[in-house]
Amino acid sequence: MIRVILPTHLRTLAHVDGEVELHLEGPVTQRSVLDALEARYPMLRGTIRDPTTQRRRAFVRFFACQEDLSHEPPDAPLPEAVALGTEPLLVVGAMAGG
Amino acid sequence: MSTVRVLVGTRKGAFILTSDGTRKRWNISGPLFAGWEIYHLNASPADPNRLYASQSSGWFGQQIQRSNDGGQTWEPMGNQFSYDGVIGTHQWYDGTPRPWEFKRVWHLEPSLTDPDTVYAGVEDAALFRSHDGGQTWQELPALRSVKGQLWQPGAGGMCLHTIVLDPSHAERIFIAISAAGVFRTDDAGKTWRPMNRGLKSPYELPDPDAEVGHCVHRIAIHRSRPNVLFMQKHWDVMRSDDGGESWHEVSGNLPTDFGFPIAVHAHEPETIYVVPIKSDSEHFPPDGKLRVYRSRTGGHEWEALTQGLPQRDCYVNVLRDAMAVDALDTCGVYFGTTGGQVYASADAGDSWTPIVRDLPAVVSVEVETLP
Repeated sequence: MIRVILPTHLRTLAHVDGEVELHLEGPVTQRSVLDALEARYPMLRGTIRDPTTQRRRAFVRFFACQEDLSHEPPDAPLPEAVALGTEPLLVVGAMAGG
Repeated sequence: MSTVRVLVGTRKGAFILTSDGTRKRWNISGPLFAGWEIYHLNASPADPNRLYASQSSGWFGQQIQRSNDGGQTWEPMGNQFSYDGVIGTHQWYDGTPRPWEFKRVWHLEPSLTDPDTVYAGVEDAALFRSHDGGQTWQELPALRSVKGQLWQPGAGGMCLHTIVLDPSHAERIFIAISAAGVFRTDDAGKTWRPMNRGLKSPYELPDPDAEVGHCVHRIAIHRSRPNVLFMQKHWDVMRSDDGGESWHEVSGNLPTDFGFPIAVHAHEPETIYVVPIKSDSEHFPPDGKLRVYRSRTGGHEWEALTQGLPQRDCYVNVLRDAMAVDALDTCGVYFGTTGGQVYASADAGDSWTPIVRDLPAVVSVEVETLP
């Protein structure tokens, strides 16, 4: 079970409270987590990554286990603690705008 | 008794203001989509409870929201706006070529007859259409083939901001782009022509007869006479009496002919409204006095409407989509400001009252008149 914490605006958009829990088969990567997230919440398509290029939106970052994973390759394995569900993957709106 | 519903888009959410036909007491609901930029909310003329909203964010991109119950509940629709075919380039501010890149939806215009058909004007400028209530969007790509390589962004971006559907000609659509100009299709978007003859832009364009590139801020028609169009251009208030084939200036005695919105009275096709703004570099009313100007002669002769509006120390702007009229017997006129006020006049502009004073900056105002 993978835990994902979305920023407030995306929780509102997806009509969810608190963490999102996802069940994944296979490798746990940014791409596989986002694929599962978007499959369950189609309204999130395009909000975290470009729907065509699949690139992370410029003002979105990924944190987990006190690390910034934003610039990791999308198919790189996420930390084991995320894969085991002991730590969440945080989708974060970049600090901007004062 | 009739009900008036005012749909307000702001920089930080949407608001719905409702009143009965007296337009004296208002109920304010919102913010909807709190924290998001709402460039436009609009209602289907074919189903007044079908509303569409353009919701966007620099962080999370574009969303389209739809309501089927007059704005009480909303559902996200499709948000994929993919340009059709070869992307191509337009001009950047310095004249260099730049590829088209989708940024946001500026304006949503539901079909006059089908609640599930809706048009979206976007930045970078293009026209999209949905036939399934906003779930999927297809570009009408022929528009960008009309000298699109010469279009350029205005200060707010290269946006398709105005969509006028001709009520007497189902396949005729006018659109306006900053800074490209007015375009018309007579075959539901298969082909387009620029409709900018008579526009003068000596400080923006080197070619005095330029077919495209003009910074049109807004166009408006009266439903009973769709061949007559009114335009607030960057500078100049213009009029066309031949369906946009040619334009002539009707700025007359306006204190300045720069501005953004233009609106037509619901029952008097020759009565029009503008809000003069000092200049392109000083986006606020001249002399700190917020004045709507009304012409009852289709232009040339204008009167200042000031009763109830601040006449000192007022430095707000009124954006292009932020003025609208209702259809009650005594036509109501409404506009929103970048200072967060929404003003209403229940007597065709003779006097004004703020419905609400402290919203986020108002981007758009639309009005529904409900039975």
